[in-house]
Amino acid sequence: MSDHHRSTVWSRLFGRIQIRWRGTNSRGRLSPWLWLLPAFAFVSVFLIYPVIDTLRISFMNANSTAYVGINNYKYVFTNPSMQDALLNTVLWLSLFTLLAVGLGMLFAVLSGRVRYEAVSKAIIFIPMAISFVAAAVIWRFMYAYKPEGFNQIGLFNEIATKVGLQPTAWLVQQKIPYTDALLPTPFHTNNFAIIAVGVWMWTGFAMVVLSAGLKGISTEVIEAARVDGASEWQIFRRIILPMLAPTIAVIATALIIQGLKTFDIVWVITSGNFGTDVVATFMYKEMFNYQDFGKAGALAVILLAAIIPIMLISIRRFRTQEETR
Amino acid sequence: MSMVQESSGTTHIFLRFLTSLRRLISRLPLHIILIGAALLWMTPTFGLLVSSFRPATAVGSTGWWTAFQTPFQFTLDNYSSVLSQNGMARSFLNSLIITIPATIIPILVAGFAAFAFAWMKFPGRNALFIFVVALLVVPIQVTLIPVLRLFTDVKLVGTFPGIWLAHTAYGLPLAIFLLRNFFGALPRELLESAYLDGASNMRVFFRLILPLSVPALASLAIFQFLWVWNDLLVALVYLQSPSKAPMTLTINNLVSSFGTQWQLLTAAAFISMILPLIIFFALQRYFVEGITAGAVKG
Repeated sequence: MSDHHRSTVWSRLFGRIQIRWRGTNSRGRLSPWLWLLPAFAFVSVFLIYPVIDTLRISFMNANSTAYVGINNYKYVFTNPSMQDALLNTVLWLSLFTLLAVGLGMLFAVLSGRVRYEAVSKAIIFIPMAISFVAAAVIWRFMYAYKPEGFNQIGLFNEIATKVGLQPTAWLVQQKIPYTDALLPTPFHTNNFAIIAVGVWMWTGFAMVVLSAGLKGISTEVIEAARVDGASEWQIFRRIILPMLAPTIAVIATALIIQGLKTFDIVWVITSGNFGTDVVATFMYKEMFNYQDFGKAGALAVILLAAIIPIMLISIRRFRTQEETR
Repeated sequence: MSMVQESSGTTHIFLRFLTSLRRLISRLPLHIILIGAALLWMTPTFGLLVSSFRPATAVGSTGWWTAFQTPFQFTLDNYSSVLSQNGMARSFLNSLIITIPATIIPILVAGFAAFAFAWMKFPGRNALFIFVVALLVVPIQVTLIPVLRLFTDVKLVGTFPGIWLAHTAYGLPLAIFLLRNFFGALPRELLESAYLDGASNMRVFFRLILPLSVPALASLAIFQFLWVWNDLLVALVYLQSPSKAPMTLTINNLVSSFGTQWQLLTAAAFISMILPLIIFFALQRYFVEGITAGAVKG
């Protein structure tokens, strides 16, 4: 049952797919390889070889002329600003994933109960269409800051000043607004402000997939529970949530991958300044600002290492899906 | 008698009114949350759109929400100046030049491979396909340094063909995965009868498989198109010449040099959003399918 459910979730995510292995047609032994050749040429040059080469480069010096052992990795894990970037990335993948899944679930459940479901879902999904760059401009403007006494042009500071608070430079500010309290990295205000942009963009994705999952749950089960006197919360907690668990796992996988590679949003909003660097922005700086390909390579390898468990889970899920067909 | 009937009728209406009022009140939090969320999700984009039509002095000195008071001041100047002076017209064209081949080539190449994976028998087919699934989630960052060096050696840095090749490769694993699954689900009898009629693999692929797979191809094409259209990182690393910059790169440069000239930034950002928004509204079903399918791409 759970395997079956998992496979339907997977296939829902990947469109209406039915897989049947059949290979009656094997005209000539060469033919399949000819059809595969262009794809494998591309994949070998642009994915397989670079992964291996990046591994090698990560153990070499800045311009890859000599091996330096694990020095680059030592540096990455001990240098304070690198550590901040690593912590920021961990915050990204946890908070971003949690909020997008949580809000997506909330909106999916609620929108299923109103007549304007299609419109409300479309509005929340729209940000998925635009680029991170455009989203970054949109939100830089929302967070715009003018000193006290000037007209505010950013909506957040307008609201803040209207209710009698001081305007805040949201993208620079690392303390809790209106206090002197500095939380440890990565919990700076500006990090939360940037992660909110990611959540604004990706909640629609979680909502749409969860909403499709909700529609797949039989109404009879829920009605029966209701007749037995279960509260709405109990129905959600005991029936809907367990049945959607595989869907949530798939969504979380996708969001963790996105959170891990976050680059564009941070790059356009702050360029990683004011303590907002993540692994990908730091890697870019190592490559182009400091010309140190060894350290940049080490950062890339760390991203890859973090992806490998997800890769293995995906393969296992895929294999179960194949076997149940 | 008639009095009694009348009063029971009024009571009935009154009771019905009460139940619907109670229902409305109990459902009020639901509506507040949903409508509130929809407003919150729309407002930032709406503010951008409004600001892009306001004169520079107004955008910099008053909030966009004051634009709807008299005197109304709206203008198209921002658009004409970003398009001409800041090179957004050229960038729009560059985005098209980059995106169209970078959408068509990977789908074609993936189609060939997917055909083999779905309908031909060869040793190691399963293992190779699983390898493709694994490549799906590899982060682009891992490939940047070696590919940049390779491009430097063969003089592909800052060229359109270079970025077409890179986007083709990055798009392949997902495209192969999706197309193989779709091709594999096509009715076997159809292909068999085509082969019996003496059709070649080429003919079966172009005349039968591709036409039958239009829905999958549409979703995939929309995903790949938007992925490339919205990409910043690949363009930033491989396409270092400003004359070939797509819109994302130009906007990024505008942000770093004119970070507070909001009338320019908002107009530029909106220009880059027009095409994705049109695709969203015109092809919503394929759009949602494509985007959700591609969400795991590394």
